[in-house]
Amino acid sequence: MTDYIIPSLLLAVSLVSLYKKENTYDRLLTGASQGLKILLSIVPALIVLLTAVSMLRASGAVETMSRFFQPVFAFFGIPAETAILVLIRPLSGSAALALGAELMGQYGVDSQIGRTVAVMLGSTETTFYTISVYFGAAGIQKTRYTIPAALIADFTGFLMASWTVRWLF
Amino acid sequence: MVMSWIWTGILLISLTFSIMNGNISAVSGAVLSGAQGGITLALSMAGTICLWSGVAEVMQGAGLTKMLSRLLSPLTGRIFPGTKKDTILAQDLSANICANFLGLGNAATPLGIRAVKRMTNPTNPAVATNEMCRLIVLNTASIQLIPATVAGVRASLGCTTPFDILPAVWITSLCSAGLGLMAAYLLGKVWRHD
Repeated sequence: MTDYIIPSLLLAVSLVSLYKKENTYDRLLTGASQGLKILLSIVPALIVLLTAVSMLRASGAVETMSRFFQPVFAFFGIPAETAILVLIRPLSGSAALALGAELMGQYGVDSQIGRTVAVMLGSTETTFYTISVYFGAAGIQKTRYTIPAALIADFTGFLMASWTVRWLF
Repeated sequence: MVMSWIWTGILLISLTFSIMNGNISAVSGAVLSGAQGGITLALSMAGTICLWSGVAEVMQGAGLTKMLSRLLSPLTGRIFPGTKKDTILAQDLSANICANFLGLGNAATPLGIRAVKRMTNPTNPAVATNEMCRLIVLNTASIQLIPATVAGVRASLGCTTPFDILPAVWITSLCSAGLGLMAAYLLGKVWRHD
């Protein structure tokens, strides 16, 4: 079923765009070149952080941390292998991406852990970055309960990512 | 500054553990393979990210963002009562949510900042209002139609069906947004306003 989503979406969007007499192809190219700029802006971080993350993995620290967090994570039904991702995700988007790619590569993209990692990355945001950008620009100093509420949302995301992958695959 | 600490911290932890585990040669090799992996990963997900940015641009040009905002207006009106009196705020807000939904992160941020600025309380401009907290929760819960970046990573690792995680991603983000909003409502009732 999910195989239909992407091709049909592509067709539907193009049809609506043509119907509105937009230059669909030009827009596709403009957007794709913007995508290249986005990519270029994350490449330096990706290189630096993947270096750090692969050192961390090679040192055996990740396994030790996973073992340490095992009881807590097992209680909630979250795979302990994702512990370090859960800790980094709210702080840095590119670090989480680098870490997620490593985890998916190690355990397999279609394994339960690989899929859980992908759903976690796809359904959460870099919470602290978002808060600092939005509130910083608007001059808000007292954030009140924003951080606890956003972290509750994040935690729900990690929990549901683990559960939905178990239910749906 | 946070990242400098994270980077240094990761180096320190790696070195400590590699001495404890006696595998310093693996860690030394990981320095080079990691840097190489960074550029390989970036190149192999480039296609997915660029194509999806193109599609998102077409969506915006075709007026799908506006259509979505209209569809969403009953919901945004409930979560953000201020939008009923302020039409510009209502537009910025729903455009922010829709841009996030379509995966247009770069378009979403300026709109969200504009919305937060319009929400400021004139008597107490440095304090977050309840509506601001809800907006942040909605933004951090990341309700996204197509998570293109993560699909790109999956495809780059040889996954033949990188989009089969979509239903799980949708259910997950809806739950986290719902529970986050609920938490924001409850906390908003008890938290002090200064």
